[in-house]
Amino acid sequence: MLLSAAGCGGPFPQSTLAPKSDFGVAVDQLFTTIFWWAVVVFVIVEGLLLFTIVRYRRRAGAPEPKGLHGHTALEIGWTLAPALILVFIAVPTMRTIFATAGRAPLPPGALRVQVIGHQWWWEYRYPDLGIVTANELHVPVTTPVQLDMTSADVIHSFWAPGLGGKRDVMQGRTSHIAFTADSTGEYLGQCAEFCGASHANMRLRVFVQSDTAFQAWVSRQRSAPAPVAKGSLVERGRDLFGRSACIACHTIEGIPQARGTVGPNLTHVGSRTTLAGALFPNTADYLRRWIANAPSLKPGSLMPPMPLEGADLAALVAYLQSLQ
Amino acid sequence: MKTWLTTTDHKRIGLLYFWTAFVFFLMGGLEALVIRAQLASPAGIGVSAEAYNQLFTMHGTTMVFLALMPLSAAFFNYIIPLQIGARDVAFPRLNAFSYWVFLLGGLFLNASFVAGPLFGAGTLSVAPDGGWFGYANLTSKQFSPGPNIDFWLLGLQILGIASLAAGFNFIVTILNLRAPGMKMMRLPVFSWMTLVTQFLVITAFPVITVALVLLMFDRFFGTHFFVPAGGGDPILWQHLFWLFGHPEVYILILPAMGIVSEVLPTFSRKPLFGYTVVVYSGVLIGFMGWGVWSHHMFAAGLGPIADSVFSATTMLIAIPTGVKIFNWIATMWGGQIRFTTAMLFAVGFIGMFIIGGLSGVTHASPPADLQQTDTYYVVAHIHYVLFGGTMLGLFAGMYYWWPKMTGRRLSEALGKWHFGLTFVGMNLAFFPMHLSGLLGMPRRIYTYPAELGVAQLNLVSTIGAMLIGVSVLVFMWNLWRTRTRGEAAGNDPWGGATLEWTIPSPPPPHNFDVIPTVASRLPRWTSTQLRAIPEGAEGKAAHIHVPGGSWWPMITAFGLPVMAVGAISHQLWLVFAGVAVAIVGIYRWAYEPFEV
Repeated sequence: MLLSAAGCGGPFPQSTLAPKSDFGVAVDQLFTTIFWWAVVVFVIVEGLLLFTIVRYRRRAGAPEPKGLHGHTALEIGWTLAPALILVFIAVPTMRTIFATAGRAPLPPGALRVQVIGHQWWWEYRYPDLGIVTANELHVPVTTPVQLDMTSADVIHSFWAPGLGGKRDVMQGRTSHIAFTADSTGEYLGQCAEFCGASHANMRLRVFVQSDTAFQAWVSRQRSAPAPVAKGSLVERGRDLFGRSACIACHTIEGIPQARGTVGPNLTHVGSRTTLAGALFPNTADYLRRWIANAPSLKPGSLMPPMPLEGADLAALVAYLQSLQ
Repeated sequence: MKTWLTTTDHKRIGLLYFWTAFVFFLMGGLEALVIRAQLASPAGIGVSAEAYNQLFTMHGTTMVFLALMPLSAAFFNYIIPLQIGARDVAFPRLNAFSYWVFLLGGLFLNASFVAGPLFGAGTLSVAPDGGWFGYANLTSKQFSPGPNIDFWLLGLQILGIASLAAGFNFIVTILNLRAPGMKMMRLPVFSWMTLVTQFLVITAFPVITVALVLLMFDRFFGTHFFVPAGGGDPILWQHLFWLFGHPEVYILILPAMGIVSEVLPTFSRKPLFGYTVVVYSGVLIGFMGWGVWSHHMFAAGLGPIADSVFSATTMLIAIPTGVKIFNWIATMWGGQIRFTTAMLFAVGFIGMFIIGGLSGVTHASPPADLQQTDTYYVVAHIHYVLFGGTMLGLFAGMYYWWPKMTGRRLSEALGKWHFGLTFVGMNLAFFPMHLSGLLGMPRRIYTYPAELGVAQLNLVSTIGAMLIGVSVLVFMWNLWRTRTRGEAAGNDPWGGATLEWTIPSPPPPHNFDVIPTVASRLPRWTSTQLRAIPEGAEGKAAHIHVPGGSWWPMITAFGLPVMAVGAISHQLWLVFAGVAVAIVGIYRWAYEPFEV
């Protein structure tokens, strides 16, 4: 309603106002309650203010005002009235605090995911499924999900507004978000705590999938790399990767020397829809530009420019794209 | 010129505070306009991520520490001694010292914009970039290796000294220098709110000083107070910062509430409704302001018990705030309201502060705050409180007391343009931010994806910000033309009730020829009770001793930035040189013959 008044269309893929999980709905209902109380108070008090300044504006010939210094009953009244309204806000607030604390024991069948914030990307580890991926979180619909979250460096905040509120992640601490999504779909989110140069570029996506689609995703993430044809561009790219600086920071299962953990795990990088902290579509063109000069696309990026010749770069891109 | 450098006259120091803070206000405003230009569209105007982070950090730091606080201080300095019937503040040289420390601290902070080449970097590369809240561990040496954070933590330490010195000075002044008969419950509300503010200053600033010293140790000497890998805790920084930061919000708003409590009665021709309640609710807000700090940390995961407690205390503080609003409205009720520019700003303050207060209640609720915190919804909230509240209140004070300070009234016609543009501009700028925040736009981002659908809202915000910029130009033109063309004010252009209106505008150096004896809360409105200037007393003015100036407060103040420059450039000898300057200054100051 407010939005149509503002003359804006949609869709708003990162909106807090269209929650699609139990956590999100609980927060939204509470906010709606408080919002309408605020509207009531707003109308009364601003109305009173406007009435007063119009009614009591100076008029010629009016008598001097009476020097009224106060009124005890009125003072008590307008102390108690807001206190009463606050009770109507505080009680549902306390209930929702405990309901959404994310600390209850996990129900059977729940999915647990470890979330690790990095400057400026998200790492996801599924300890029960043996999957490690980045930026794009996949979860099944109507299944309880618990995120156990921490940070590898500075404080970040995991926020996917369609699925509920944000919580900060911090080195040496574990914070939690628990939610059960009620609709499939692709949800946008991003880091909400200022975390340095590319804070604005630390985005994320959550794919809420049907059980079958999620299982298909899981089995693909757990599959061994596809065989590489002899003499192909992909093979050249794979050999190049194994000899390059990439292995210092990135892991690819099946390449023994690629065991780096500073950057995202690339084992199935080709299956992701986005690159570089969910910043760009995962196309050959963006991938090429990203490898050639990451900091030019993402300020402060810790991935240094890679001085590769055109043919080598093309091979590397082909190889990474083959990692479905 | 020399008399301005060495002055200890509270009125001159008040004007120095005003002009200095006003220049910093313009700088903070320019930073805001660049930020808004960048955010007008998803693509921006080419401000880099690094530059943007410096701009929003300096915008927040400047507006809080270099504009709003010292603009309030300009009125403390100029008006408090006049309102309480005193000839100066309790410690005039300390007052001068506060001003010079504030000026030098502000210059030190802003020097970071151009100091890049000294550190082998470009301009706009070493200004503070960790946010005005400087969250650990982003501010650690590991993640912020440059001098940016050092400028911030050293600059704020310098400014803290200015605030503390002024805080003690005004507490002693208000408690001890009141004219005979001015009991505490006859103190004008602006003086009362100043007193509460100064108690908050002297208790809150030590907390941030401790935090800044610990951070300085982490960065300069390799300690690990806030470094998790070394056993430290970044949450400790958040507790210390907000334990200061929330009382700081009341340090910013209470003086404006005091100003409004003076302006409303004058232009309604009615005494303030519920004086005692307004005073006590101000005191209560001061106390309660200490018990709410963790509501800035609901997303940090302190646990449901802590969240519930801080949520409850935060909601409770809405009660004394609401009580003040009702008393202000009741003050106007039944009055004869004159819509001077000062009155328009005061009424605007009430209207806008209500919006800021109500959005504040929505994020006093932790689960709701989990969606709102760190989004533009909170940016909207703080700007309704600090611009719609504090800044409109300060503008009301400027129009109200400018005649007293300069002897000339600001143009009412231009003033009404100023108010209209400000009012429309601020609502265009800040109201859409509620929506862009709820639609998922986080704070502190130099760019946002077009697919979020918030581009139009941001464009409206930018247009509003530009309108505010135009309104400030109108105000500057008003200040400029009033120098020569302003209508002469006389002692009392408004029919005010308090003591400052009994004396000439601008007041003579000694303020009062004869210190008045006060027998009422509103001495000018019950003039039979005011044993004001007896006939023939004018001649005595020649014999009133007015203290001369002193160089030592300024020289002592210079020691502090020298120390800071030594620290930031890692030149130990320079630090010692700064210490030596300060010690010599304090020693000579202490032995300087000086009578009040």
